[in-house]
Amino acid sequence: MKYPYVKRLPGFGYLSPKTVDEAISLLSRHNGEARPIAGGTDLLLKMKRREAAPLYLVGLKNIPGLDNIDYDDSQGLGLGPLVSIHAMETSVLVREKFPILSQAASTIGSAQIRNLGTVVGNVCNALPSADMIPGLIVLGAKVRIANIGGEKVIAIEDFLAGPGQTVLAHDELVVEVQVPCLPPYSGGAYIKHAPREAMDLPIISVATLITMDEGMCSQVKICLGNVGPTQIRAIKAEQILRGKPFSAALVREASEVASKEAQPRSSIRSSAEYRKEMVRILTARALNRAKEEMK
Amino acid sequence: MKQLMRFTINGEVYEDTIDVRRTLLEVLREGFGLTGTKRSCNEGECGACTVLLDGKPVASCLVLAIEAQGKRIETIEGLEQNGELHCLQQAFIEHGAFQCGFCTPGVLMAAKGLLNEKPKPSEEEVRRAIAGNLCRCTGYNKYVEAILDAATKASVNKK
Repeated sequence: MKYPYVKRLPGFGYLSPKTVDEAISLLSRHNGEARPIAGGTDLLLKMKRREAAPLYLVGLKNIPGLDNIDYDDSQGLGLGPLVSIHAMETSVLVREKFPILSQAASTIGSAQIRNLGTVVGNVCNALPSADMIPGLIVLGAKVRIANIGGEKVIAIEDFLAGPGQTVLAHDELVVEVQVPCLPPYSGGAYIKHAPREAMDLPIISVATLITMDEGMCSQVKICLGNVGPTQIRAIKAEQILRGKPFSAALVREASEVASKEAQPRSSIRSSAEYRKEMVRILTARALNRAKEEMK
Repeated sequence: MKQLMRFTINGEVYEDTIDVRRTLLEVLREGFGLTGTKRSCNEGECGACTVLLDGKPVASCLVLAIEAQGKRIETIEGLEQNGELHCLQQAFIEHGAFQCGFCTPGVLMAAKGLLNEKPKPSEEEVRRAIAGNLCRCTGYNKYVEAILDAATKASVNKK
């Protein structure tokens, strides 16, 4: 990685809108030369490394109400773009209703990063290793995107387009991540496989969600992180368990299938073979843990 | 693009006309001479630049100075009050917790941030709170003991 040793930020103009509409209008007016900044832990880092050099930064921090965590029993969870990873980790509401998301948040970075970074930022940065994304995918989360024309809501899987890429246009802003309520007897788990206890991106990660209905797994979702250009659902592995009782043999079979569905690359952090093998082991572990977490 | 910026640092107001690209770390050290906060990796990985923003530990190298306005900024210089060391600083000395001292301001601020949120942390919570602070010298154990010790003393003295 070649970047200036000194790592000072390049020059930019700082714009400080007071409303979401103003922010969108600024993004639109500057036609791709402006980028929104929330926590800044990804964007400022890229700018220091000269991997990004927007002429303008549209600061979202002066817009009130963007750090809300909203919940109601019919709509589910609504996360504003300034909800920090720390807020996500410590929210009593999230821990109670969607513990997989607090779990995922707790694995990110360090305290110093979690207090700055945001959930929406983690999603929009769209790394294949992003820690919030697998949990959001198994929960069926959607993103609400606003632009000058209005708003649209799309599933998070459709929002991700490739490593570090989303379908978000330069004049659009993600204004909410929506997570629907879980049916009763649901349990989820997120496992991040990383060398250290903190600060690392995962080598691979697995998120699982299971809903039981009359002794059968009515809903099974398995999402694998860092084994493809984006996070992927292990659809065939899910089918092994769906509609069947939860048994060790089926968990084993599903994990083997998930391992085959994974298409990891070898990188400086790990080989593809190791990643495939860890998918097999951690999918089983995550399925078992999801069953234990069920309530 | 320069702008007049005003900050509240350790209870005092600081003001200057500053380029908007400056990070909080740069402004603290180079703008206001508060060099207790250290620049090490400058990319949010090492924790040496840790300061408190509204009581929460953050990597000041990744905070735009312009966005640190209107918040309560606390740096290592502000831990000592009226000539008296903070119980964390005292505990670090008593336990021999630091060696070269370069990572120490960051660890102290991360520890203060922890005690702000959890006045009686467990050992695991302490280790997790300083997990973002890299130390080449000590092996971390005495930092952990000192923080746990300071926490018990702080809750006794209500500091």
